[in-house]
Amino acid sequence: MDQRIDGFHDPALCRSLVGAIRERLAGRRLRFMEVCGTHTVAIFRSGIRSVLADVVDHLSGPGCPVCVTHDREVAAFLDLASRPNVTVATFGDLMRVPGPGGRSLKAAQAEGARVKIVYSPADALEWAASHPEEQVVFLGVGFETTAPAVAATLQMAKAREIMNFSVLSMHKLVPPALAALAADPDISLDAFLLPGHVSAIIGTEPYQFLATEHGIPSVVAGFEPVDVLDAIKTLAEMTASGTARVENCYRRVVADAGNPRAMAILHEVFAVTDAPWRGIGVIPRSGLALRPEYAPWDARVVFAVEEQDVPPIPGCRCGEVLKGKLAPDGCPLFGRACTPAAPVGPCMVSTEGSCAAYFKYRVR
Amino acid sequence: MDRILLDAGSGGKASHRLIHDLFFRLLDNDYLTRMDDAALLPVSGPVAVSTDGFTVSPLFFPGGDIGALAVHGTVNDVAMLGARPRFLTAAFIIEEGFLVADLERIVTSMAKAAKEAGVLVVAGDTKVVPKGAADGMFITTTGIGEVLAQPAPSGHRARPGDAVLVSGFLGDHGLAIMASREGLSFDVPVVSDCASLNGLVEAVLAAVPEVHVLRDPTRGGLITTLNEIAAQSGVEIQVEEAAVPVRPEVASGCSFLGLDPLYLANEGKLVCLVPEAHGDAALAALRAHPLGRHAARIGTAKAGPSRVVITTPLGGQRLADMLEGEQLPRIC
Repeated sequence: MDQRIDGFHDPALCRSLVGAIRERLAGRRLRFMEVCGTHTVAIFRSGIRSVLADVVDHLSGPGCPVCVTHDREVAAFLDLASRPNVTVATFGDLMRVPGPGGRSLKAAQAEGARVKIVYSPADALEWAASHPEEQVVFLGVGFETTAPAVAATLQMAKAREIMNFSVLSMHKLVPPALAALAADPDISLDAFLLPGHVSAIIGTEPYQFLATEHGIPSVVAGFEPVDVLDAIKTLAEMTASGTARVENCYRRVVADAGNPRAMAILHEVFAVTDAPWRGIGVIPRSGLALRPEYAPWDARVVFAVEEQDVPPIPGCRCGEVLKGKLAPDGCPLFGRACTPAAPVGPCMVSTEGSCAAYFKYRVR
Repeated sequence: MDRILLDAGSGGKASHRLIHDLFFRLLDNDYLTRMDDAALLPVSGPVAVSTDGFTVSPLFFPGGDIGALAVHGTVNDVAMLGARPRFLTAAFIIEEGFLVADLERIVTSMAKAAKEAGVLVVAGDTKVVPKGAADGMFITTTGIGEVLAQPAPSGHRARPGDAVLVSGFLGDHGLAIMASREGLSFDVPVVSDCASLNGLVEAVLAAVPEVHVLRDPTRGGLITTLNEIAAQSGVEIQVEEAAVPVRPEVASGCSFLGLDPLYLANEGKLVCLVPEAHGDAALAALRAHPLGRHAARIGTAKAGPSRVVITTPLGGQRLADMLEGEQLPRIC
């Protein structure tokens, strides 16, 4: 209880920030996109969405790592899971993501595949070290937040010569996706709420183009109600005054320079590559692949993984949802053919997916 | 280190030795040790019966073990009908090679929990399965109790206007098990709340003549239980988030793992719905009992669609639906 009434949850402070947002907007509507799935959930859970519904439209962007994992990547890891002697180690979020034919890791596990939920890539490495008879493949999903820990784990695997461990890298980078959205003439938005955790790694410099090239006010925000409201207030101020800057409203965690050490580890192990995003397609230089010196730990090399194109799911409009062009309940499948019980796309599976958040939290 | 062999489940002499030397010694009572095919019980009706299978992993966890849990869990289910639990039966499925010392520890813990709850284990069964056919040990218990309150509290009896109370901090058991299973440690240790609630139930029934609903929010946690009540009774349940008791260490552990404490299992908490007029008396009765010191009123049942709506500390609202499956920790 204490955690929810501390300074960053203080209801009185929140109410005064809500008042300040309304005042700054002076009747104008603010249409912003939060890029991070954790923000999507925080905005619903805290009630910010319902409190500001009359003055703020918020769109959920492509910032849930599970949601942007491409169908063909899902097909590839499901294929790996069914190979003999392979143990797939994964964060829990991926367990229920449906692949071709609606099959998921959970289903593969029930059929006999070895799937192990881990809390960190280091746990997967330790499992490999203590189970030399198994080929342990860690599923590398996530953005700049998780990639450094995966990189550090690969460095450790190399140093310790643990050869039955590999990573299937599906990591993605946030700024190139924002560039794609900002350049899309069909997407109308006033501002970006930038992801706090990713920014802690990359800093604020990689976002500057949003303000300088596209004139879109953007604010790095934390995840507690006061953090989010303070950031929305800053966005409201900028849109009201017609200015566009990249502001950092999460200074207790995010340094403008980011975390250079984490970035150095990331670049030592990974090279930037083109990557497929679910519903969006291939975005140039938006993913991370293992460098050739890490080939013995690269699951794509070790298992000769070839990603096959997977036919699109009829009716699924995940792509438009992920780009903020369509609210989740605007998809014809939402709540009918696609529910958390029988998800069609990952946006309905992941706890941080925008469709799941809509389905779960919105008082209809 | 003595281990349980397949012979111990054979029904032959090895089985008898295990039953006499371990189970009878620790759970001793006249109903059990008569060794007939069934126990003959003096029970006056109506009778409340509940059964539950326990498969917890790990078997020993901070705050309890599978033995204590197998008693508390079934005692609580029986007690939630406003009944006084009196007798338990217990069936053990044990994996070949299980340490006898661990079995002794588990049955000792059952005996202690049963004594505290005032119940007797009156019948049992032991099976030993080959290595790999079970995860250490599974226990199934069935409980029998005499109904004290008429009409018995039920999930179907919530009415618009009822006050919604919980008996204390939520989420402790679920997070303790997850942390223990995954080898996570927190600065402040999180301990399971597992406890028998029949004493607490009797205290509330004595103080409040009309208790509409008693439920223990085990798997799926508070929100799942409230959704079940909302569906059974056809009411909307409104919850004030700021009023729901969650320990700071559980809240921060959950925040770190991306879990919601209101969906985590509890094994020593109850949810209680009483008419508004008795809300204060029920709360006082809960708080006067050692297991209800942190009880709180968290909301109200309203006429409306069968659902649970949470009002957040800043005055916003969100739906709180049942989860599709278990909660899984998030990526970042």
